[in-house]
Amino acid sequence: MASQGPCEPLKLEITLHEMRGDVEKVQQVVSAALQERGYDADAMFAIRLCLEEALVNGFRHGNRFQPGLVVRFWATISEDEATFEVEDEGEGFDPAGVPDPTAEENLEIPSGRGVMLMRAYMSEVEYLGAGNRMRMVFRRTKA
Amino acid sequence: MSQAPIKIATDGGVTTVSFTERSIIDEVMIQQIGEALLKLVDSQPGLKMVLSFEGVDHMSSAALGVLITVNGRVKARNGQLRLCNIAKPIFEIFKITKLDKLFQTFGTEEQAVKSLA
Repeated sequence: MASQGPCEPLKLEITLHEMRGDVEKVQQVVSAALQERGYDADAMFAIRLCLEEALVNGFRHGNRFQPGLVVRFWATISEDEATFEVEDEGEGFDPAGVPDPTAEENLEIPSGRGVMLMRAYMSEVEYLGAGNRMRMVFRRTKA
Repeated sequence: MSQAPIKIATDGGVTTVSFTERSIIDEVMIQQIGEALLKLVDSQPGLKMVLSFEGVDHMSSAALGVLITVNGRVKARNGQLRLCNIAKPIFEIFKITKLDKLFQTFGTEEQAVKSLA
């Protein structure tokens, strides 16, 4: 982890070993960095939600909670945008294979909404390589 | 396992459940909430339940999943479920996922309780 001053972009690289605890640590570091750069409450809400979804997906669907497997996290947070990358040690994932959770016949299925929420709140979401690494960008809109 | 962070109150045949945590995002906590709510639903067939989100300011898709499961169980037990006091950012999550169509939501607890009369 390295900080380069209050207005400079902050670059983070964190390895998460366990979901409970480590996800919250990431949230706290990111939240402090966003606040320092003047992100508003709506942006903080959106980013917190998307980080939770991405990191939990890494542990749950990627690593399938196997002990010893880690989730890697990178972030670059500037005053204009925040970019996050999350990589798990699983086999990868095809986001196109997730059924549309908003289709009437799927509304009562209790899973499959995380990716959709990330796409709704983030400016960009892409899955890289085999699908075990994802990148998402939140761009601030200027008033 | 520690207790789920919920408060349960029954008045006039309606059970109101509220959350004692502002953030319903932790996986273990969500599981505890789900188990507690399912236990409640199973213990009282025909349960009229209001879930109040007053004070809740963060929620994840895993929490939505639990709500969907609980809703299904309530229906299977011939009960009725209402949601209320959902803060605007949280309600936005319901709208994005179109779950505002699955659940009956109300602005206040009073309105939700009244709808069960």
